[in-house]
Amino acid sequence: MRVVLSKSLVALGTLVFVLVFNFFLFRVASDPELDIRRNNRLTPQQQEALIEERGLREPVFTQFRIYIGDTLTGDFDTSYTSGRPVLTEIREALPNTILLVGSATVLAALIGTWLGVVAGSRRGTTSDTVITQGSLILYSMPEFWLGMVMIWLLASTIGAFPTGLKTDPGADLTGLSYVINVLQHAALPIIVLTLGLLGQYVVIMRSALTDVMNEDFVTTARAVGLPRHRVLRGHAVRNALLPTVTLIALNLGFVVSGAITIEALFSWPGIGQLTVEAIDANDIPMLQGIFLVTSVAVIFANLVADLAITYLDPRIRVG
Amino acid sequence: MATRGKEPLAPQTTAILAGSKGVFGRLSTSASRSFHLIVKSKSGLIGLVILAFFTLIAIFGPLIAPQDPMASSSYSSDILAPPSTAHWLGTDNIGRDVLSELLYGARISMIVGFAAALVSAVIGSLVGISAGYFGGWTERILTVIDDWFLVIPFLPLAIVLSQVLDDWAKSAPFGSTLVLIVVIGLTGWAGTSRIIRSQVLSVKERMFIERAQALGASHAWIIRRQILPNVLPLIFANTVLIIAIAILTESTLSFLGLGDPNKFSWGGMLNAANDSGAMALGAWWFFIPPGVCIVLVVISFTMVGYAIEEIVNPKLRERK
Repeated sequence: MRVVLSKSLVALGTLVFVLVFNFFLFRVASDPELDIRRNNRLTPQQQEALIEERGLREPVFTQFRIYIGDTLTGDFDTSYTSGRPVLTEIREALPNTILLVGSATVLAALIGTWLGVVAGSRRGTTSDTVITQGSLILYSMPEFWLGMVMIWLLASTIGAFPTGLKTDPGADLTGLSYVINVLQHAALPIIVLTLGLLGQYVVIMRSALTDVMNEDFVTTARAVGLPRHRVLRGHAVRNALLPTVTLIALNLGFVVSGAITIEALFSWPGIGQLTVEAIDANDIPMLQGIFLVTSVAVIFANLVADLAITYLDPRIRVG
Repeated sequence: MATRGKEPLAPQTTAILAGSKGVFGRLSTSASRSFHLIVKSKSGLIGLVILAFFTLIAIFGPLIAPQDPMASSSYSSDILAPPSTAHWLGTDNIGRDVLSELLYGARISMIVGFAAALVSAVIGSLVGISAGYFGGWTERILTVIDDWFLVIPFLPLAIVLSQVLDDWAKSAPFGSTLVLIVVIGLTGWAGTSRIIRSQVLSVKERMFIERAQALGASHAWIIRRQILPNVLPLIFANTVLIIAIAILTESTLSFLGLGDPNKFSWGGMLNAANDSGAMALGAWWFFIPPGVCIVLVVISFTMVGYAIEEIVNPKLRERK
């Protein structure tokens, strides 16, 4: 219980730091008044009202108080481009991103861990070399480039997948046909993301397994005469899974921000696409909101990872 | 590991300690010794050869390029033409020679990668050494900042930073490139500082530091003459690994349109290829070569980095 409390306090501290940093970056390091003035989508009266509402001519400390109050009540400014509240836009985009990155994380963790076990339990064999080198190559590859190659080969040339978007444009789909259409569009980005995430799971599982295989209890289990696969499944893999649990929890934090380039490439209407549109339009409130939401997600995931490990690993829980 | 009077030192670390040259003299001794050891490992050697090749291209590329893709004379009506004897790697969406762009692009990608990794290494070492050496509140505060940079989603942070620095970037001569370097450097130092700090913590406990303190040496002297030489090999290994990440990040930011629009980089080429629909048109010569270059350079830096890490960290060597 004390561990939970102290770890939660640390997470809270990080959150406060994010808020302060966010404020300084956007209100002090840049010139929000100038950004509003430059925004020709707003009438001069609207510009004036916005500057007044955000207290941009008040002293810095008053501005900070207004900012914290607004943020805590979920008022994240209005997007310059769409004129809608930033939080509404993020909330609409979030499920799409979670569908993409969530499924990719699950797939990558399952396949990657399995490949890591294969490689780690057969160190030095051809399959180990192939898996390890393959992971290194995947790790060194920009995800979006892998996506471009896949679009060219699998979507444009063979036509096995749609090249982008969430549904067929113009099609009025309902019910099951809508779900199928979305899944067809999601398949290729999910495959690309899975391949992008795969490498780290392979590497971490392989090295954890190598460490565990050298432990005394594994030697004992083998000496007692247990068959190889039982030693592996019942003794080694179980213990080697801890770093993977941490990695999964950490990656879940990046669910929100993890697919920026892939979403942009596939015109998938998630947080990443929102980010790219905000970059193009210089939509500072939007970027600020996205940054805040992604940070909160990561901080929360870190806390969960910490607590999960504390729960799973008695060595940390006790000592 | 049991606590012993002396931890096993990597051979070149001992050599550095014995040497009486300045920090840079010692670094070069360590670098040349490392070089021999890297060449001995097969993947390290392959990595070095590929890197030497791309470094030459980054330096001489613009001289051997068939045309200057920056010049308006390079535009032609020969749009997205497949590879031919006139254009070995075909042409891009406004009729420029892709091979020339690739050769010009090497320079920006390598410069940004190196410079950003250097920024990361300097910040990471300063923070890591201060935190490890001074301890107490300095360490606590620096660790909180460090933790925060480790935790924060790094691509959104880089995007946000480069957007905020955008006005400034447009006014300075190499503004956009500098912003890329600063942004990638600022977002990538946390891991380095973490590793350096733990190394400093172990070095600090050794006898010779205590001896120097007892003899009245200043903090600056101890850090410069005794701490720094002991952590330099580690900083070096880490920096090489960070270059790989920095080059990947550069390509990602350029792909998102945050690079310098007036300069060629591999990520920028991929951005142009995507915007012009090269995949739908089957113009593979426009996006395959830059991607292959990025992958080759990143893999090489990673392989060389691992090779150096193995030399610096004897524990890794025993495992093999």
